[in-house]
Amino acid sequence: MSKRIRVLAAKPGLDGHDRGIKVVCTGLKDAGMEVIYTGLRQTPEAIVSAALQEDVDVIALSTLSGAHNQHLPRVAKLLKEKGASHILLVAGGIVPPKDRVVLKEQGISEIFGPGATMPQIVKFIEDNQPLS
Amino acid sequence: MDKNKIQEAKQSWEGRHHELAKCAPHTTDWGDPVEPLYTPADGGDQDYLNQSGFPGDFPFVRGVYSSMYLGRPWTVRQYSGYDSPKDTNARFRYLLEQGQTGLSVAFDLPTQIGYDSDHPMSAGEVGKVGVPVDTLEDMEVIFEDLPLDKLSTSMTINAPSAIMLAMYVSIGKKQGLDPSVLRGTLQNDVLKEYTVRGTYIFPPQPSIRLVTDIFAYCSQNVPKFNTINVAGYHLREAGCSAVQEIAFSFTNAIAYIQAALDTGLDIDAFAPRISWIFNTNNKLFEEVAKYRAARRIWAELLRDRFGAKDPRSCMLRFHTQTSGAALTAQQPLNNVVRVAYQTLAAVLAGAQSIAACSYDEALSLPTEESVRTSLRTQQILREETGVTDTIDPLGGSYYMEALTDQIYTRIKELMDRVEQMGGAVAAIEKGFVQKEIERRAYDIQKRIEAGEMVVVGVNKYTIEEEETEVLVESNPQAEQDQIERLNAMKNRRSNDKVESALAALKQSAQGDGALMPVIIEAVEAYASLGEICGVLREVFGEYQPVRTI
Repeated sequence: MSKRIRVLAAKPGLDGHDRGIKVVCTGLKDAGMEVIYTGLRQTPEAIVSAALQEDVDVIALSTLSGAHNQHLPRVAKLLKEKGASHILLVAGGIVPPKDRVVLKEQGISEIFGPGATMPQIVKFIEDNQPLS
Repeated sequence: MDKNKIQEAKQSWEGRHHELAKCAPHTTDWGDPVEPLYTPADGGDQDYLNQSGFPGDFPFVRGVYSSMYLGRPWTVRQYSGYDSPKDTNARFRYLLEQGQTGLSVAFDLPTQIGYDSDHPMSAGEVGKVGVPVDTLEDMEVIFEDLPLDKLSTSMTINAPSAIMLAMYVSIGKKQGLDPSVLRGTLQNDVLKEYTVRGTYIFPPQPSIRLVTDIFAYCSQNVPKFNTINVAGYHLREAGCSAVQEIAFSFTNAIAYIQAALDTGLDIDAFAPRISWIFNTNNKLFEEVAKYRAARRIWAELLRDRFGAKDPRSCMLRFHTQTSGAALTAQQPLNNVVRVAYQTLAAVLAGAQSIAACSYDEALSLPTEESVRTSLRTQQILREETGVTDTIDPLGGSYYMEALTDQIYTRIKELMDRVEQMGGAVAAIEKGFVQKEIERRAYDIQKRIEAGEMVVVGVNKYTIEEEETEVLVESNPQAEQDQIERLNAMKNRRSNDKVESALAALKQSAQGDGALMPVIIEAVEAYASLGEICGVLREVFGEYQPVRTI
C-alpha cells in the first residue's frame, strides 16, 4: 500500500475566516489524505516547525485578509532555510492575480482563488507532492 | 375555511394533472420539501391576532413598527473603513454626501484582536480589512468634523468593544455632547467569534462579563446606543442554513440575557437595546419567512421566558447585510443582480437597516463606483419600485405563511437542542455548533461541485473570462505611518496617567467592579488598545479554541 499524503493546513496571521480551509481539510481527508489542521493565528515560524515535526508532504495555507504578501513568502523562506523545500506549499484565499505571480516566484506552488473546486485542489496536490 | 375540503380538492387536482407527479420537487435551504402549490390549507390559517397580528403589535410578525417604511425608511448603512483613520474619515464624508444615513466602521484585524499596530502579530495586517485604532487619537481623526449627535454609528467590533465604546463616548464629550445623545450600535457579540469569526481574545466567561458590563453602563449613561448586535450574519457566511443562523444566534443571545439577569439587571433595562445583524441570502421567499418567524420567536421568548413587560424588549429590530459568500469572483457584474434580489428580500422582510454588498467584494476592497452602485440599489428599491408602499406585502400569501410556520418550528427545534446541551456556551465548548456549521459548509461545496446547487457563472452559464485585476489596493505605507503615529502619541502623553489608569483597570478586572468607567479613564489618558487589552489578557487569560478537525 502506498504511503498516504500528509498535509498540514494552517491559517497564518490574524484572519479568522476558516470556512474555506475547513472545507478543504474535509475534502482532502475524503480524498484519502492525512490532514493536520493547526487552527487560527499561526506565525510562519510555528507553521514550519509543525510541518517538520509532523513530517508532512504538503503545507496548505489560507488567507483572506490581504496579508498574504507578508506571510506566504516567509513560510517559503523558512522552509528553504530548514532544508525542507521538498514540502509542497500551496495556498488559498483572496489573492490578486499580480500578487500570485510574485508569490509563485517565491516558492508557493499554487494559489487557489474563489471558485476553485475540491477535485482541482486534490489533483494538483497528488500531481505535485514529493511522493509522486 | 374547511381545510379538509381544500386538501381533498387539491388531491383531486393533482390526480387530474399527471404531469405534476413528474416535476422534481425542490427543497428549502434547510432541507424541507417545497410543495409545487400552496393553498389556504397549507398556511395563513393560524390564529391571526395571536400568531401574526398587526405591525407594531406583539408578536411583530408583520413588522416591529406600526407604520414601518411608510413612517421611516430603513437606514442605508454601507460597511467601510480602510487603510488609515484619515482615509476612513474621507470615505465617511463621501458616503454621507451621497445620501447614506448611518456610518458603519470596519476595524482592521489587530484592532479586533486587541493588538497595537506595532505588535509582531500585527505585521502585514494593519489597515487591511478595516481601519486601525490604537489610541483615542485615531478615533478623533475618524470622526473629525462629523457631528456625533446627528449620526448613528455602527462599530463592528467584539472582544474589545468596551474600549471602542469608551472612545466613542470620549470623542462625544470632546464635541460637547452628553453620552445620552449618542446613537449607534456595538457588535459586541463575542460568542459567535468562538464558532465562526475567530477574533476572540478572552475565554467565554470574562468575555460575557464585558458584555453585561456594557449593558449596565449604557442603560445608565448611553440609553440610545444598541449595546449588542447579535450576529447571525457571520454564522450564515460560515455555512449555516437559515434555520441554524437564527437558532444559534438566538441561543447566543439567551446566554447574554441570562448573564445580565444574573448580575441583577432588570430585563426591560437592557433588552430594548439588543439589536441584530442577519444575513440575507438568495432564496427570496425563505429569507422573508425567516425574518417573520424570527420576530415571533423572539417576542414569545422575551415575554414568556424572560418576563419582559416593555413591548420594546420583545421587538426584534435588525440590520442585514446581503451575503458576501453568495458573490462570485467569476462574472463579477452578476453580483449587482444578486445583491439587488437579496436587498429586495430584506425590504420585503421589514429590515430596519440594510447594507448591500458591492459587486467586486469577492475580489478586493470595493471601488467608489461599486459602493455607489450598491447604495443606488437601495435607493432605487426605496424610491422607484413601490415595494415600500404597504407593510409586509407578502403577508397572507399561502406560501409565505406556510414557510413562516415551517421555519418557526425548525428554529425552535434546534434552539431546544442547544438548550438541552446546557445552552450556547456549553454547546460551543463541546464543539457542537462548530461541527454543525462545518458539515453544512462542506455539503454546500459538494452540491455546487456536483451541479445540484446552481451558481450562475461558476457551475452554469460559464464563459471564458480574463481575471479581473484589482482596482483598489491598500496603501503599503499605511502600516508604517500608523506605527509612527502610535509612537508619537506614546511620547506625547502622560505615561504616569496611563500607568495609574491601567492599574485601576487591573484592580477592577481582578475583582468584580464595573469595567466601563475605568476603561474610559484609560482611553482618555491615551492608553492604547493593546495596553488595555494586555491588562485584561493578564487577568482573564486567552481563549484556546476547541479542535473540531
